[in-house]
Amino acid sequence: MAVGKEIRVKIASIKNTQKITRAMEKVATSKMRKTQMRMQATRPYSKKIAQIIRHLSHAKPEYTHSFMMNRPVKRVGVIILSTDRGLCGGLNSNLFRQALRQFLSWGKENIEVQVSVIGQKGCSFFNGFGVKIVAQATKLGNTPHLEDIIGVIKVMLDDYREGKIDELYVAYNEFVNTMTQRPKLEQLLPIKCNELAPELAGHWDYLYEPDAKEVLDDLLVRYVESLVFQGLVENNACEEAARMVAMKSASDNAGKLINELQLIYNKARQAAITQEISEIVGGAAAV
Amino acid sequence: MAMTIHVDIVSSEEKIFSGLAELVVAPATEGDVGITARHAPLLTRLKAGEVRVIIDNKQTLPFFISGGILEVQPHVVSVLADRAVRAKDIDEAAAIEARHRAEETLNDRSGKLDYAKAQLELIEAVAQLRTLDRWRKNR
Repeated sequence: MAVGKEIRVKIASIKNTQKITRAMEKVATSKMRKTQMRMQATRPYSKKIAQIIRHLSHAKPEYTHSFMMNRPVKRVGVIILSTDRGLCGGLNSNLFRQALRQFLSWGKENIEVQVSVIGQKGCSFFNGFGVKIVAQATKLGNTPHLEDIIGVIKVMLDDYREGKIDELYVAYNEFVNTMTQRPKLEQLLPIKCNELAPELAGHWDYLYEPDAKEVLDDLLVRYVESLVFQGLVENNACEEAARMVAMKSASDNAGKLINELQLIYNKARQAAITQEISEIVGGAAAV
Repeated sequence: MAMTIHVDIVSSEEKIFSGLAELVVAPATEGDVGITARHAPLLTRLKAGEVRVIIDNKQTLPFFISGGILEVQPHVVSVLADRAVRAKDIDEAAAIEARHRAEETLNDRSGKLDYAKAQLELIEAVAQLRTLDRWRKNR
């Protein structure tokens, strides 16, 4: 029957889309588990290094590293962690929106901003935006390694050492749970030692080998790297979780759409049959 | 049992070891250091090499690290490794190959090859192999 051919074609095409979104949902679910495990695995290191930094702030070092000193802010650097691929709901755009809001309020205080971007989505967004991008890294894949992002971080750290930027931030999505990801802007430099417990603050200091400057330099660089890396794996876990949720709702919506279209199609078909019967009956009566 | 000290070895991607030990020997840049309980607080850089965790006089665990930071508090030793592997996981073939590659690069002075990088690679490969050898002997 020729009735509702367009509707049938449309239903078929939506069904195909639904198949794709279902498959993506399943893939995202299994990837999410992996990325979450990875996120757990990287935690001991960042916890440990944060602990050492805390110890360090309790000690009384004879040498204060430039990473720990505050200075008047004229220019800030932001490392933005985004995903390489899309189709993960509002994950990236929420993050960018929050970052831009912060840029605006810095702009009002005449503070300049420079960014380095990790991830394809961030690159294409900030490229068209007139923000100064000093470094970028893309295509890190599902299992990023620290080596992949060291370059991006080093550019910023060098700028900080040379006084080109006075504060350094990292923007990423914090993994709260599968349903919730929260965009977060965290200060990296100067290092904030706000958890200083006074009763622990002693008059001791570490023995440094070879000397305080070199060891601290190494340690603090590693600390910043570990924070960014932790952000990156967390952002990855967020990406998969957000994609899973987005794809699930896409599949659900496709299902709803198919049901509606099916109903319309059935009604049209029914109407056509009824009309035909009444025509036949009318014709028979006329004879 | 002698006094023990808590040891944590972590790399940026995972936790490698956590537990009590009598002595920890680590390759600091100024020479190997041995840490027992109640050591003074110490912060030092580590070079590529082997960290040995001596749990008691029967059991010693070797780990390979490619550099990192060692922190000592009186009752806790933390090794922040750039990359750490349990000695038995080291891929010997890969280590030997890496050494060959590095040696070739070193010998081939003609080109504008990255001398410093090759040297680093060589040091790392040799340290890996040494760790593996020792682990085999002690088994």
